[in-house]
Amino acid sequence: MEIERLGEWLFFYLVFPGAAFTLALGLALSWVDRKVGALVQWRQGPPPGQPFWDVVKLLGKEVIVPQPAWTGFLVLPFVACAAALLAATLVWHAALGLPGGALGDLVVVFYLLAIPGLAVVLGGAASGNPLAAAGASREMKLILGYELPLLMALLVPVFQQRLVEGRQVAAATLSLEGLVRFQELAGEAVYRPSGLLALLVALICCQAKLGLVPFDLAEADTELAEGALLEYSGPPLAMFKLTQAVQLATLPVLLVTVLWGGVERSPGGVATFGAKVLALVTLFVLIRNTNPRVRIDQALRFFWGPATAVAILALALARLGW
Amino acid sequence: MSDRKVIQIGPFHPLLEEPVGFSLTVEGERVVAIEARMDYIHKGLERLAQERTYDMVPILLERICGICSVTHSVCFCNAVEDLLGVEIPPRAAYIRTILGELERLHSHLLWVGLAGHFIGYNTVFMWAWKYREPVCDAFEMLTGHRQNSALPMVGGVRRDLPEEYFPAVRRMLDELEGQTARLTAAVLDDPVLAARLKGVGVLSPAAALDFGVVGPTARASGLATDVRRDEPYAAYAELDWRVILRPEGDVFAKAVVRLLEIPESIGILRQCLDRMPAGPLNLGTLHVPRGEGIGRYEAPRGEDVHYVRSNGTNMPERLKVRAPSFVNIPSFKASCLGAPMADVMITLAACDPCYSCTERAMTLVDGRGAPIAAAPGLLAASRQRTFALARAFGRAPDLDLALD
Repeated sequence: MEIERLGEWLFFYLVFPGAAFTLALGLALSWVDRKVGALVQWRQGPPPGQPFWDVVKLLGKEVIVPQPAWTGFLVLPFVACAAALLAATLVWHAALGLPGGALGDLVVVFYLLAIPGLAVVLGGAASGNPLAAAGASREMKLILGYELPLLMALLVPVFQQRLVEGRQVAAATLSLEGLVRFQELAGEAVYRPSGLLALLVALICCQAKLGLVPFDLAEADTELAEGALLEYSGPPLAMFKLTQAVQLATLPVLLVTVLWGGVERSPGGVATFGAKVLALVTLFVLIRNTNPRVRIDQALRFFWGPATAVAILALALARLGW
Repeated sequence: MSDRKVIQIGPFHPLLEEPVGFSLTVEGERVVAIEARMDYIHKGLERLAQERTYDMVPILLERICGICSVTHSVCFCNAVEDLLGVEIPPRAAYIRTILGELERLHSHLLWVGLAGHFIGYNTVFMWAWKYREPVCDAFEMLTGHRQNSALPMVGGVRRDLPEEYFPAVRRMLDELEGQTARLTAAVLDDPVLAARLKGVGVLSPAAALDFGVVGPTARASGLATDVRRDEPYAAYAELDWRVILRPEGDVFAKAVVRLLEIPESIGILRQCLDRMPAGPLNLGTLHVPRGEGIGRYEAPRGEDVHYVRSNGTNMPERLKVRAPSFVNIPSFKASCLGAPMADVMITLAACDPCYSCTERAMTLVDGRGAPIAAAPGLLAASRQRTFALARAFGRAPDLDLALD
């Protein structure tokens, strides 16, 4: 990283497409989540500013630290939010094709996106509350469950054999920008059977990563009373809520970028990209509102069974050029 | 085992709509022991009933439960009428039946919604409660209030139902029939719901008999008990309906029994509205002689029993309430132990427990189990506190400290 371009990168991280932009988008999307959910349930739903004011209110609340908690309890929410924002910056950077060359590849983004989940696990365990510990252990199991099929699904566009200028080639790159450019050349990955299967698997895994029903086991408010987040209050809780909003604005974008093409540089292209992201978010919300919460053993059996099997099938199909 | 933890559910917890305490001892996700504590909101209504006349008691007893207001007041009337050995006028019997079945409708829909909420299915929660709303509206049209009608009285009912609202109630029933049919079909077909509820919290017929469970909890375990059929009160002897039975005993069966009882209740209501006889509403003022009586009533949650003893005055000498949840709740010992925590939560809720009806004044113990105070001492302490509060606010106490 050249030092003279530090300003540019700071702008990317702090303003656009990083913190300021992603936070605003995430809060807007969490309003979409709440509004669509309300419509499904025949309710009115909140006004558009509600998620924002919820965070503002939390930021002004007292921080209560339980006695057995260690420093990590307060640090982790901020780490989670910072990591999610960094991941968001990298994903958006690639999706928009911003200048400055490749900032990070799929593996980096994947690891950054795992940090919020781990922060919830550690934070929950750090609080010393038995309900939070139960939530943390569920979250840990869930991470072990969904990460493998999610990674395999995201690798499908890397190995997918496509016909470009009469030759069978694969993208064979982990760089997000490379994947976007390859899809510009060869067509979006999702329009092949392997790409579609990969999108389906990735969608379900992201449902779990976002902690939405049917995989909201770690929070499970009617069982664990918010589980791992139980002891959090005030600004640290606001950070976790913001992290969830950032993830809601990052995961669909990641899926679209990797499997469904980046942003074309035209008003139509931006609108198409926005529509794709919105479609995925709406799918998350609909799945969330038409399912009960599953048990942790059922969730693990699902991710290690059918989800992994379909991801392997998608990888095989991709290799065969389907 | 060293990895044992105690998970405290309640007295305040999102799972509970009323304060109750469940201490679950868990190993990992598996629940190995449960301790229940039910003395947070004891209201002393049995005692209060002993200080009110027979005319006032049914109105007081509507306050036992937030849902079963008709249940407890009619059950008390059944008990006193058993003592008196009188038959109530047919119109009063039909009116009591209508009120009871409307209550069953909204109570079952309430449970379906709550059960959905407990397993994170908030759409079912919202839909079921939306369907429930017109039932409460019908109750209000007929009685003037969504919950507490103040209609049942010893020897009949206090007021008539306004017949001009019967067409509106019929329309409500027609709509509700279609809505619950769709809801039932959706629940029966949902594979995730089936995976989540089938085979969960099984209460075997033998265990159901052992614990003496009642109502839908018993009927979902294949026990055909229904007071409406076994010992008909009100107008049930003249009406046609089926007792819904499921043999499985799991949470899914309990949900199905309740869902299928909704159309049966709708049928009963239609018959009542069609056949409503004319005639007097009550037997007028009755003198209650010495003696004792037992009232039985099929509440939405099962058989409710009231025992009344009279000493010949105008107030009952003793009233004993045995709410259905009192026998249903302990069945968790047979259906929950050894199950994963997520299953225990929904199983605890599956008997539709109603805690304030079940409340007992217990002995207060400290952390090591040594008794701190028993019922008489608690009563005295409570009176002293009321007295002190009244003094602090500069009001005359409405209690006489020298009462006993």
